[in-house]
Amino acid sequence: MVGTMCLAQRPTMTVPIEQLSATGLVKDFGGLRAVDVDAFALHAGEIRAVIGPNGAGKTTFVGLLCGRFPPTAGRIRFEGRDITGMPAHERVGLGIAYTFQITSIFGNLSLYDNVALPAQRRAMLDGGGDVRARAMAALKRVGLADRATEIASAQSYGHQRLLEVAMGLALGPKVLILDEPTQGLADSEIAAFIDLVREVARETTILLIEHNMPVVMALAERITVLDRGRILAEGTPEAIRADAAVQAAYLGG
Amino acid sequence: MTRSILLHGLVLAALVALEPVLSEYHHGNLARIMVLAVYAVGYNMLFGYTGLLSLGHAMFFAAGMYGCALLVRLAEWGVGPAFAAGVVCALAAGVVVGFLALRTIGVGFMIVTLMFAEAAHLGILYYNDYTRGDEGFTIPQAIRTVAGLDLSDTTTRYFAALALFAAALIASAAVVQSRTGRVLVAIRENEDRVRMLGFDPFRYKLFALVFSATMAGAAGAAYAVLFGYAGASFAEVQYSILPLLWVLLGGPGTTLGPLLGTVLMFYLIDYASGTIMPGLAALVEAQTGIAAPGLASAWLLMVGLALVLLVLFAPRGLLGVVRARMVPWLP
Amino acid sequence: MDILQYLPFDLPHPALLLAGVLEGTVLAAVLALTALGLSLVFGIMRVVNVAHGEFYMLGAVLAWFVTTWVASVTGGPPWLGFAVALVVAPVVVGAIAAAADWLVLKRLDYDPEATIVATIGLLYIIQQLALTFYGPDARPVVAPFDFRVQTPYFGYSGYKLVVVGAAIVLMLAVWLVLTRTRIGLVMRATQYDRETAQAFGIPVDTVYAGVFALGAGLAAIGAVLIVPIQQAHYLMGGDPLLLSFIVVILGGLGSLKGTLVAAVFIGLSDGLISTLYEPTLAKILATLLVAMVLVFRPQGLFGARAA
Ligand SMILES: Nc1ncnc2c1ncn2[C@@H]1O[C@H](COP(=O)(O)OP(=O)(O)OP(=O)(O)O)[C@@H](O)[C@H]1O
Ligand SMILES: [Mg+2]
Repeated sequence: MVGTMCLAQRPTMTVPIEQLSATGLVKDFGGLRAVDVDAFALHAGEIRAVIGPNGAGKTTFVGLLCGRFPPTAGRIRFEGRDITGMPAHERVGLGIAYTFQITSIFGNLSLYDNVALPAQRRAMLDGGGDVRARAMAALKRVGLADRATEIASAQSYGHQRLLEVAMGLALGPKVLILDEPTQGLADSEIAAFIDLVREVARETTILLIEHNMPVVMALAERITVLDRGRILAEGTPEAIRADAAVQAAYLGG
Repeated sequence: MTRSILLHGLVLAALVALEPVLSEYHHGNLARIMVLAVYAVGYNMLFGYTGLLSLGHAMFFAAGMYGCALLVRLAEWGVGPAFAAGVVCALAAGVVVGFLALRTIGVGFMIVTLMFAEAAHLGILYYNDYTRGDEGFTIPQAIRTVAGLDLSDTTTRYFAALALFAAALIASAAVVQSRTGRVLVAIRENEDRVRMLGFDPFRYKLFALVFSATMAGAAGAAYAVLFGYAGASFAEVQYSILPLLWVLLGGPGTTLGPLLGTVLMFYLIDYASGTIMPGLAALVEAQTGIAAPGLASAWLLMVGLALVLLVLFAPRGLLGVVRARMVPWLP
Repeated sequence: MDILQYLPFDLPHPALLLAGVLEGTVLAAVLALTALGLSLVFGIMRVVNVAHGEFYMLGAVLAWFVTTWVASVTGGPPWLGFAVALVVAPVVVGAIAAAADWLVLKRLDYDPEATIVATIGLLYIIQQLALTFYGPDARPVVAPFDFRVQTPYFGYSGYKLVVVGAAIVLMLAVWLVLTRTRIGLVMRATQYDRETAQAFGIPVDTVYAGVFALGAGLAAIGAVLIVPIQQAHYLMGGDPLLLSFIVVILGGLGSLKGTLVAAVFIGLSDGLISTLYEPTLAKILATLLVAMVLVFRPQGLFGARAA
């Protein structure tokens, strides 16, 4: 329901544009083939969930997309441009932002400084802009504005997760990759988080790695299921729920 | 921001005010300390703010010192232009070393910088004909003048050292409170995250290294000009360790830590060598009958103990502790 | 400046060449022992021990004290004091190293950068102690025996050849301990994964202290072997430290085989270049080579990969 509503609001999106895509993408760690994806395409404006058992290769897969590690083989394209060899920081400049699964904030800095960095990067890319306003707006969106001067490492785990997301938001990305953002959040925080993602998705494509199935079902328009590095299935939430292979590998297991 | 300007202004004003009241001995010491503190300020930019621990900064100090002094000695340049040339030499060395050494991280970076500095030191010894090796050479007092000012005059020398220190302090305070400074600190805290926020860490680290090398070179060139001597001992590994020690003691990542650390360490060694150690040596001899001539100078022991105790018990240094406990806004 | 004059366009006289090879072999043997100590400590503990050269110096200085003392007390022959030194020096130095590990390194939780800074501090402290109690002079130790081997060109010290033999025997012993004994197994397990080793009941703290002591002890033995050839001096640790670094890095950090190959390579080429040409130039080239290897090939030249 949620998915169709979003699409209905934006008629231009009914013919999906491939925004971020990968072909023949492989990543080996020593003898282990962590990722082996023949074809993957993320469409502009969608909310895509990536699910799969622990160790399926989800983090590694999106890490390849955003350039955290080089692929063993394969090509990655963004908005029609081959970005396979592009360093991570340049991909961020193009508009691909990543928030870390293992909270990766600047623990000794204030919340404000944590979000000021991406805000400052955005201003540099835009050739100007109010860093302070942008940083505070990002904190406000995740509900941390009143703690701006506090030190990041002193925050609760849930707040650190939200700060991580705020850092991604402050970059003003075209594609926001969220790696298990709700891990460790309380139920009330999760509800607020779902609203936040919906709102962000109005101007940003979302690639969401998530273990929490209610969150996936509430947000995702399409779901990609990874298992042992490969795409096991892809489709609407309803289709995925009904898929026997997925049940066996993941949901039922 | 205004608090910070006030604080730095007060420190500089205090250094000006001290000039007429200091005894000749402390007057000379402080001039030397301010020149060395410029070196420490530069080192702090790389180590304290950016988190890169170099074990080879003596090569930049020596690049400035020899870049300047050799031009005076061999090409008969005036000390003013030669000083500028020394600074440029150190800057160029910083760019070259940065491009190579910054490909490594952590322990690799420490050893690569150590090796480059060792090669530079050996190179100075090898070209003995020009550099006069360990013995070094002096720059005659008569030519140590800039724009009619006699730099060998103690008062002029004090204010020249102070001017250089003020420039270094202000430049470093400006950088660390700028957006660039924020990125440098973030690199120290978590480089991978900085990259994933769209910054190219290499460019910022290169900036910090070149800034730091330039300051080291300015200190080296100033030392040659103000104290009239250049020698290979300034390129030895101990001259790479000293700025690390000063910064560790004063507080890595604080603008005033380098000055504080340099002053304290200077007088600690001075006091220990002049008072404690001879007393200890006499005591040892009286008790055991063993003459302990090596106790005459405490340099090695004080440096060694300070390094071990600081990493063990106070890795944030004095001002780091002050900032954590009392003055959170300390830049 | 004429760089060409340093290039070997005329072949040196064979006598000089032979002298260079012999000196290089002796240097390589002692270097291999010393570097092996550094390499073990790095390989198993991931600690870069900058004070390694000072453990070497301590070994040499202790050898002087012990031989002098034995000679004065017993009036016995030089080999007696030397034999005692060969046991006492590495044991005392090893004990000092174990104490340093326990007092300092362990408390830093073996953080790589902090331990480097701490071992630099140890370096200065040890130097000051040696300067204080041994003094600033260089002092010789009499070789335990004295015979000469005749080459076609000149007579050569037989003691130096025995040094080579002794170093080879010691390295074989270390290798056997590492590969064939339970102690070696425990060390390798600790190297592979400290936490898991701990979980399996391996006393990791003891292993670390032991490895640090062993590394220092090897440097001390190398120094005892060398003092009849080179005099003991409180600043003598610098060169072996630099050369050991070069060897360990060229050989691949933590790779024992690579360390040995690199020690032979560096020892021989340093011996040859220093004898035939210019020692400072040889060292400049070696340090630059090491820097470049770390920059462009961090796994070393001779090691396949850091083991
Ligand atoms: N840097 C690495 N080196 C070696 N192996 C790795 C590395 N990173 C990941 N792996 C391995 O690759 C596989 C995929 O890991 P990845 O983290 O991508 O899984 P994931 O789907 O994100 O799992 P989770 O749900 O637990 O986050 C795992 O077997 C993991 O052990
Ligand atoms: Mg993951």
